[in-house]
Amino acid sequence: MKKWLNPRSAFGIALISVALVALPFVAAMGGQAWVRILDFAILYVFLALGLNIVVGFAGLLDLGYIAFYAVGAYAWALLASPHFGIHWPIWAILPIGAGLACIAGVLLGSPTLKLRGDYLAIVTLGFGEIVRIFMNNLNAPINVTNGPQGITLIDPVMIGGFKFSGNTTLFGLTLSGPQKYYFLLVALAILVIIINLRLQNSRIGRAWQAIREDEIAAKAVGINTRNIKLLAFAMGASFGGIAGGVFAAMQGFVSPESFSLMESIMILAMVVLGGMGHIPGVILGAVLLSVLPEALRYGVGPAQTALFGKQLVDPESLRMLVFGLALVLVMRFKPAGLWPSPERKRELAEKKA
Amino acid sequence: MDIFLQQIINGLVQGSIYALVALGYTMVYGIMGLINFAHGEVVMIGTLVTITVAGTLIKAGMPVVFAGLAGVSTSVLVCVALGWGLERIAYRPLRNAPRLTPLITAIGMSIVLQNLAMMIWGRNYLTFPSLLPKINFEVAGAHFTAIQVIIVVLSAATMGGLLALIYRTRLGMAMRATAQNPAVASLMGVNINRVIAAAFVIGSALGALAGVMVGTYYEIAHYQMGFMLGLKAFTAAVLGGIGNLAGAMLGGVLLGIIEALGAGYIGDLTGGFLGSHYQDIFAFIVLIVVLMFKPSGLFGEKTGDRA
Repeated sequence: MKKWLNPRSAFGIALISVALVALPFVAAMGGQAWVRILDFAILYVFLALGLNIVVGFAGLLDLGYIAFYAVGAYAWALLASPHFGIHWPIWAILPIGAGLACIAGVLLGSPTLKLRGDYLAIVTLGFGEIVRIFMNNLNAPINVTNGPQGITLIDPVMIGGFKFSGNTTLFGLTLSGPQKYYFLLVALAILVIIINLRLQNSRIGRAWQAIREDEIAAKAVGINTRNIKLLAFAMGASFGGIAGGVFAAMQGFVSPESFSLMESIMILAMVVLGGMGHIPGVILGAVLLSVLPEALRYGVGPAQTALFGKQLVDPESLRMLVFGLALVLVMRFKPAGLWPSPERKRELAEKKA
Repeated sequence: MDIFLQQIINGLVQGSIYALVALGYTMVYGIMGLINFAHGEVVMIGTLVTITVAGTLIKAGMPVVFAGLAGVSTSVLVCVALGWGLERIAYRPLRNAPRLTPLITAIGMSIVLQNLAMMIWGRNYLTFPSLLPKINFEVAGAHFTAIQVIIVVLSAATMGGLLALIYRTRLGMAMRATAQNPAVASLMGVNINRVIAAAFVIGSALGALAGVMVGTYYEIAHYQMGFMLGLKAFTAAVLGGIGNLAGAMLGGVLLGIIEALGAGYIGDLTGGFLGSHYQDIFAFIVLIVVLMFKPSGLFGEKTGDRA
């Protein structure tokens, strides 16, 4: 903790805090849509940091991470909506969602402990698909998830009578729904970042790193690889579950469509593109990859009109094309990610020499 | 009993297609340890190219047989070029990069190819021209068509040819050597770049054939069809033990049959509680169960342990 007290980092932290507070107001000038994009960027930071525990710290390639997000989202949706007529408070649902996701993580983790590398990847992928298929089809014979239509009219976050949807005026300042969620998300994200930082340098964090580098050696020095791996799955999953709950409340609507394999892959791309295992890198990756497609949505259409005088190709597919190319190019020129940890950079440099 | 036979036949046909696609995954994986997520997209482009070429030629009055042959050969050529280009442009520069880097590149290429295909062929479902006559057979109460027979026979023949190539030719020997140890193989005079390019080219050619078969079988195609097909085929490759050719073939056929039987019987097994829309779950559950007991697939060898 000593590092935090030196004046330079204190100044940096102050600067970042001011920027974080000002951001939603600046974004609001471009319309509430941008504030919402910002909200999602932070939600993805949250998710990417959760996945970073599993993939970045412990080195377990998980392609079904979105399943835990889905479990959290559906837990919130079912316990706080007219679907079953249950309206529990956040203090009950969020822990339940995180707990269920955690159980799902252990459930996925325990049979796959023996698997390595890409075999683990495909099993987690399959698990994610199984969860999604069940959500899509559990509307008969008993209607649990309402099938492909999803669940609507989900309660927003309420903390002690303070509602996070709609406008509120505080000290003469009008805050919109997305702006209020922004501050909630930032608070949660900071909490997750602190947990991540503390974990990284803890006994557990070092054990994860040992397993990542060499599982047999880790076992030989007395690390209980089974429990430590399960812990990585469980912790990553719980973060996913909490993010899912906030997502459901923020959207007011969940459907299986939001939890496709492509989402899992996107979160993995955020972790890898940013710099696997390096917390600032992962944050950067998550912000970039969640904002870029949206920015392209607003940029691609007008750019075409300006260049050619008309819309040559469907802007929607052009936007995704550019996005795909960006992924390829970043990996081509920055194979270790945009902001890799110093240790990893050194390892790669040594390898080349 | 006739339902059982019927589902076995359907599964066999679907499984042969999975097997052909799975070979593309497994060859690339065996040699360079990369999950080529863009392979499903190559298959999709194979189908769509055939639709365009064969469809146009048939409309121009060419006999169906020649139009079909022209369509198939163009699609094989396009896919081979695509596979070669993918390796050359996207994957080769990353040969020494961290393991997950080429995976993200593959995902990026998959997104690029899917959206390119959407720009060229549009968002709508396309009808695949009927290249083969519709003849029906009936054996022991099970129905099947000439198309199904041709798909199974043709894919069996292709796989036989591939096995001959891998185990009987110098190129095949070079590929096996590279799969075992690239550094040593290159010291023995194997041109690694050529071998890897060959794996991509052969895999893409098989993918194009599989694409044509999917098109003929379902008579419909779409720019997103490659994703799920690729996923299933990859599952099949892992089921058989990824990197193992015979494993991919058997895994493909097995997966097809399991899925067909699952879809046919799940209603009866669960007393109507779960319907046939749970078909996709079977593939994954079988996969998880198999990997629990045989962690490197049915025929696989041990692989590296890093993510």
